[in-house]
Amino acid sequence: MMRWVTFAAAAAALIGSLATAPARAEGDHMALPKQSWSFAGPFGTFDRAAAQRGFQVYNEVCSACHQLHHAYYRDLTGIGLSAEQVAAIAASKSISDIGDDGAPMDRPGLPSDHFKAPYANDLAARAAQNGALPPDLSLIIKARDGGADYVYALLTGYSAAPSNMKMSDGMNYNKYFVGNQVAMTPPLSEGRVTYADGTPASVNQMAKDVVTFLAFISEPETEQRKALGVRIVLFFVLMTGLTYAVKRKVWSDVDH
Amino acid sequence: MAGLHKSEFTNPVINWVDSRLPIFTMMQKEYGVFPTPKNFNYFWNFGALAMVTLMIMIATGIFLAMNYTAHTSMAFDSVQRIMRDVNYGWLIRYVHANGASMFFLVTYVHIFRGLYYGSYKAPRELLWILGVVILLIMMATAFFGYVLPWGQMSYWGATVITNLFSAIPVVGEPIVTWLWGGFSVANPTLNRFFALHYLLPFVLIGIVFLHVAALHVTGSNNPLGIDVKGPQDTLPFHPYYTIKDSVGLCLFLAIFAGFVFFAPNFFGAADNEIPANPLVTPAEIVPEWYLLPFYAILRSVPSKLGGVLMMFGSIGLLFVVPWLDTSPVRSCKFRPVYRWFLALLVIACIVLGMVGAHRPEGIWVLLGRLGTIYYFLHFLVILPVLGKLERPLPLPESISKPVLRGGGPLPSGAAAKPMEKA
Repeated sequence: MMRWVTFAAAAAALIGSLATAPARAEGDHMALPKQSWSFAGPFGTFDRAAAQRGFQVYNEVCSACHQLHHAYYRDLTGIGLSAEQVAAIAASKSISDIGDDGAPMDRPGLPSDHFKAPYANDLAARAAQNGALPPDLSLIIKARDGGADYVYALLTGYSAAPSNMKMSDGMNYNKYFVGNQVAMTPPLSEGRVTYADGTPASVNQMAKDVVTFLAFISEPETEQRKALGVRIVLFFVLMTGLTYAVKRKVWSDVDH
Repeated sequence: MAGLHKSEFTNPVINWVDSRLPIFTMMQKEYGVFPTPKNFNYFWNFGALAMVTLMIMIATGIFLAMNYTAHTSMAFDSVQRIMRDVNYGWLIRYVHANGASMFFLVTYVHIFRGLYYGSYKAPRELLWILGVVILLIMMATAFFGYVLPWGQMSYWGATVITNLFSAIPVVGEPIVTWLWGGFSVANPTLNRFFALHYLLPFVLIGIVFLHVAALHVTGSNNPLGIDVKGPQDTLPFHPYYTIKDSVGLCLFLAIFAGFVFFAPNFFGAADNEIPANPLVTPAEIVPEWYLLPFYAILRSVPSKLGGVLMMFGSIGLLFVVPWLDTSPVRSCKFRPVYRWFLALLVIACIVLGMVGAHRPEGIWVLLGRLGTIYYFLHFLVILPVLGKLERPLPLPESISKPVLRGGGPLPSGAAAKPMEKA
């Protein structure tokens, strides 16, 4: 009886947690095609080459409109760039600051600077973007149901609108966006960037690379977290076994 | 010496302290030699698990508070600073965030244990009531905590929950304004929620202390639900239950760590990674999983005030459960019929949880109403009536003796085996 109840309780808890969690992911979205990501799974790590190519895509394409509010240039060491490379990337940006004389001035960026924002504020962004606000991308993979698969699907999901659909002015058809009308024009096109490593810059390739980069920016602690997690979970599993053995020993003289 | 406690500790330092403040004697009495029924199963781990989780929550919470800024313009960014710039900040925050879910998980199992084995019945009514108070404070604390990251779900969750009070006739609107400290959920609201989120866990410690104190007056219930007849039925808490609790604790921490390190956002909502925006309502405003059944009850009643009353009533009902149950037997082990109704209650709660996560349309409306009806029916009708109709199975003579089949006579010479430890 007890065994049955224990099993039922565990099963109930499991079903309950599984049944409630994915429910949030449902909505008006189309089913997202699953991609295989280097950073997926308990041992997944970021494909450094893809993440670096993805940074190039962000830098040359996305950053014209989207900021990485929470990220710093120094974070780029996490995708395998050297301190010198990061310093050079930061120095190539002109950062607005206040000079020693108290007057506004521009200076070359430092690794400790946040990524330079394309607009001074949200109102300036809207004014330049036909009223739409390009979302900050520093948490975009965590902030959308479907995560990496969703952002990839969105970037590759542009097509001509169905003939029976009335599109609003300046909007673009995208089959994965809620309501199917998105203000962002198709950001990627064949050969939009030229990869230094010679990888052909197809839309799918660029989308995959930039999503890998953004996944890193959303959760820069991922690799450290998983590596530590393996050790800690193993430790507790081992401790469970040891403690159980001690428990058996302690209880061996009890008639129960 | 007059006025000094007669301490039995031989270590001179401990003896000196214990003579003046007998905390060592108390610990020895309550956690060392405390006589505990010897037939606990692993369901009796969950109280200790909840206690440990509370400590983990307070420890991580204090470190989060050192790095958090309770201001609407900085709260979201300060949480991101914790995640990115504070040493192991991501670990502290993920332990705290997943810890909330773990806390409710073990507490719900603990409550189920109490219901299944009749731990709420005389003489443990007050113990149970204190437990319900703990549950209520936990819910309030969890709600306040969920508001602090100031994401979309934080903001809109706070708006929905505080607006529940507007259902109260006449004084509802002024109460909501008073709760907000203004005319919308805004900075004063965030500030007071942070203050309350920091305060309530310490209130919780106080109530938990009373919960444990009450437990140590009546003694623990046990899977048979019968009273302890003598020392042959019990074991000293240490080492028997300290080690048994440790087994469960290690396994629990392994699962807890599994979530923290490999699926830290499993229980989270993507919308809460978007900063709060009063001008944009998320497509779905969904509370955390542990509040979903109550949210489902709220939405199953086609009247705002009715829904609010039913939702609070669903928890309020738990306070009187000791007097709703009329059965003379505690443990469901000896209640062949009620056992199945209790299983039905668990199913109803899980169904309600699923209903709460879905939009109230189609089949979910019907399921929500059926679940709500069964929840109240269970406590208000089945519990009182079934206790009078059901014929319980024969109870064992004592914990250390097997069940008497067919109510036969006691085997002769069945003197209790001496179980006391030397």
